[in-house]
Amino acid sequence: MQTNGTAPLVEMRNISIAFGGIKAVDDVTVDLRPGEVVGLLGHNGAGKSTLIKILSGAYRPDAGEIYVNGEQADIASPRDAKRYGIETIYQTLALADNIDAAGNIFLGREVLTPYGTLDDATMEAETRKVMARLNPHFRRFKEPVKALSGGQRQSVAIARAIYFNARVLIMDEPTAALGPAETQQVADLVLQLKKEGIGIFLISHDIHDVFGLADRVSVMKNGKLVGSANVQDVTQDEVLGMIILGKCPPGATPGPGAS
Amino acid sequence: MNAPVATTAPPPITTSGSLLSKLEIDVRMLGMLAALAAIWIGFDLLSGGVFLTPRNLWNLSVQTASVAIMATGMVLVIVTRNIDLSVGAILGVTGMIIGVAQVQWLPAYLGLEHPLTAPLVVLLAMAVGGSIGLFQGWLIAYLGIPSFIVTLGGLLVWRGAAWWVTTGQTVAPMDTRFKALGGGVEGALGATVTWVIAALACGLVVVALGVARRRRMRFGFPVRPGWADAVIATFACGAVLAAAAIANAYPLPAGTARRWAEANGIAWPDGGLFIPHGVALPVLIAVLAGLTMTFIATRRRFGRYVFAIGGNPEAAELSGINTRWTLMKVFGLMGLLCGISACISTARLNAATNAAGTLDELYVIASAVIGGTSLAGGIGTIAGAMLGALVMQSLQSGMVLLGVDTPLQNIVVGAVLVLAVWVDGLYRRRIK
Repeated sequence: MQTNGTAPLVEMRNISIAFGGIKAVDDVTVDLRPGEVVGLLGHNGAGKSTLIKILSGAYRPDAGEIYVNGEQADIASPRDAKRYGIETIYQTLALADNIDAAGNIFLGREVLTPYGTLDDATMEAETRKVMARLNPHFRRFKEPVKALSGGQRQSVAIARAIYFNARVLIMDEPTAALGPAETQQVADLVLQLKKEGIGIFLISHDIHDVFGLADRVSVMKNGKLVGSANVQDVTQDEVLGMIILGKCPPGATPGPGAS
Repeated sequence: MNAPVATTAPPPITTSGSLLSKLEIDVRMLGMLAALAAIWIGFDLLSGGVFLTPRNLWNLSVQTASVAIMATGMVLVIVTRNIDLSVGAILGVTGMIIGVAQVQWLPAYLGLEHPLTAPLVVLLAMAVGGSIGLFQGWLIAYLGIPSFIVTLGGLLVWRGAAWWVTTGQTVAPMDTRFKALGGGVEGALGATVTWVIAALACGLVVVALGVARRRRMRFGFPVRPGWADAVIATFACGAVLAAAAIANAYPLPAGTARRWAEANGIAWPDGGLFIPHGVALPVLIAVLAGLTMTFIATRRRFGRYVFAIGGNPEAAELSGINTRWTLMKVFGLMGLLCGISACISTARLNAATNAAGTLDELYVIASAVIGGTSLAGGIGTIAGAMLGALVMQSLQSGMVLLGVDTPLQNIVVGAVLVLAVWVDGLYRRRIK
C-alpha cells in the first residue's frame, strides 16, 4: 500500500512517560495514515498499552508531542481524545457491568430529551442499529452487560468506539478473549473500517493476527521502539527477532531501541 | 365487562414467557413487600389487632419519614462504593443550628412566629447540610481520603459541633408553622388535601405508564402486553388510594377536634366530630424526596454516571466522566437530605437537642442495605431503600407495641439486618 504523500492522521513524536523512575515509554515515535492499519507489537510489559493510553487521554506523557492531521493536539483527558475522533477499545473492554448495552455505548455522551432527561428510547434504537451491523444475533438490549458472553461484550465495546464516527481507532488486544468465529468477525470489521478511511492502531502480542491485517508494524521492547516496517518488506521470523531480541532487520527502519 | 376477546389475538413477542417477566416487575421488590406484609400481619396477630390500625400505621409512616429521606441519598453513596457514617451527626448539628436560628437569630429581625421563619429555616437547613456534605465530598473525591475515614471523622466532628452550638443546651419550643414539618396535629393535611394528592398520584401513574408505552411503540420496541400495564396501574393506584383511606380513617383526638371546631365556628355535637388526620406533611415530603431521587437516579445523566462509577470506576473515567465532581455532588446531595431530615426530626420533637440523630447513620445504612443496595457498588434502588426504612421502623414500633425490652429490640433489628443481606445474597446468586 502506497502511503507516502498523505498527511499522517496521527503522529506521536518522541513520547516518554515514567512511573516511579521506570521508563514505561521512552522516546517512541509512531504514526498512522488514513485507511491504514498499524500493528503495535511487543511482549507483555513492552509499553504498548501505556503508549496507547497516552493517545487515548488516560495518561499524560512526560515528554513528546501528538499531532492530529498535522496539527499539534493537546490531549489531557479521554474526553479530549474523543473530540479529536480518537476512540479506544481497551483490552479490559472498560464496560460498566451493571448498565445495559445502550447505557455503555453512550456513556459520557448520552442523548438527552429536550427536558434534559436521558433519552433511553433513542439510545436503544441507535444501539439496535449499530449492533445489527456488528452482531446481528444480539437481542439482550435490556440486560446489564454483566449477563453477556465475552463476544457480545466485545461487540458492545466495539460499537461504542465506532458509533461516534471515529477517525482513529485503537484496538488493544481485540481478540484476546474471543473464539475463532468471533476473531474472524473482528478481522472482517477491521478491513471494512479500513476501507472507510479510518486509521487503526492494532495492539497484539499475536504476530499472526497482525500480519494478516496490518500494513505496517512497529515493535517495542522495554519501552523503546525497536523499529517500524512495511509488512511486505519483512518476514514473520524477522519481526519475531525484533520482538524477542530487539534486532532490527534490513527491511525495517530502526528506532532508538534497536540493538 | 367484556368477555376475554383479546385471547384471539396472537401473543405479542416478549423476551420471556413467565408472568413476572411479562409484568417486568422486580422480583426482589415483591419479596420485600411480602416480608413487610408478614411483619405487619405477625405483629397485628401478636398485639391483638393493635398494629394494623389507622392510628398505628399513621404514626409508623411519620416515624419512618426522617430515616427514609436520608436512605434515598445513602443509596447513591453506597452505589458509588462509598459510605457515609456522618449522616446522624450532620442531622444533629443542622438541627441545632436551625433550632437556634428560629428561637434566637431570626426573631431578632422578624419577631416571633413570623410566616417567613419556617421557609427560611428549611432553606438554612438544606444549605448547612448540603455544604457539610459537599465539603466531605471534596475531601473524599479530590483529596482521595477514603469515605469511611472522612465520614467517621465527620461523625465525631459534627456531633461535637452540635454540642458546641449551645454548649449542650436544648433549644425549644419551635416555630408553630415549622412544627407542621414534624407531623403531629399541625402537620396533618386533612381529608380533602389527602384525596386530592391521591388522585394526582393516580393520574401521574397512568400518564407515566402511557407515555413510556407510547415511546417504546414509536420506536417499534417490544412492549408489555396491555393487560400487564393495566394490572400494574390498578395495583399502584389501589395502593395509593388505600394509603389515603387509612390516613383519613384516623381521626384527630377529641380535644384537638373540639378546638378546631370552635376555631371554625362549628357547634360541637354530643357524639364528637370525626375529623380525619389525612396524610402527614413529613410523609408527603419523604414521598416527594423519594420520587425526586428516583428521577435523578434513573432519568438524569448524573444518575447514570453514579451507577457507572459504581459498576466500573475505571471505565467511567475512560468514558470521559468527571468522576470526582460526580462523587462530590453525591455527598452534597446526601448532606442536603440530612438537612431536610433535620427539619423533620427537630419539628417532630419540638426541640433541638445535640443528641438528635444519634445512631441514625446505622439505621440509614441498614435501610439501604435491607432495600437491596449492594455494598460492592453499582446496584440499588431508591424505592427499595425507603421500603427498607419502613421494614426497620415496623420492626421497632411493633416491638415497642408488644412491650419488648430495648436491648432485645436492638438484638432483633441487628439479626434481621444480617438475615436480610444473607437472603438477598442467596437470591442474587440464584438468578446469576
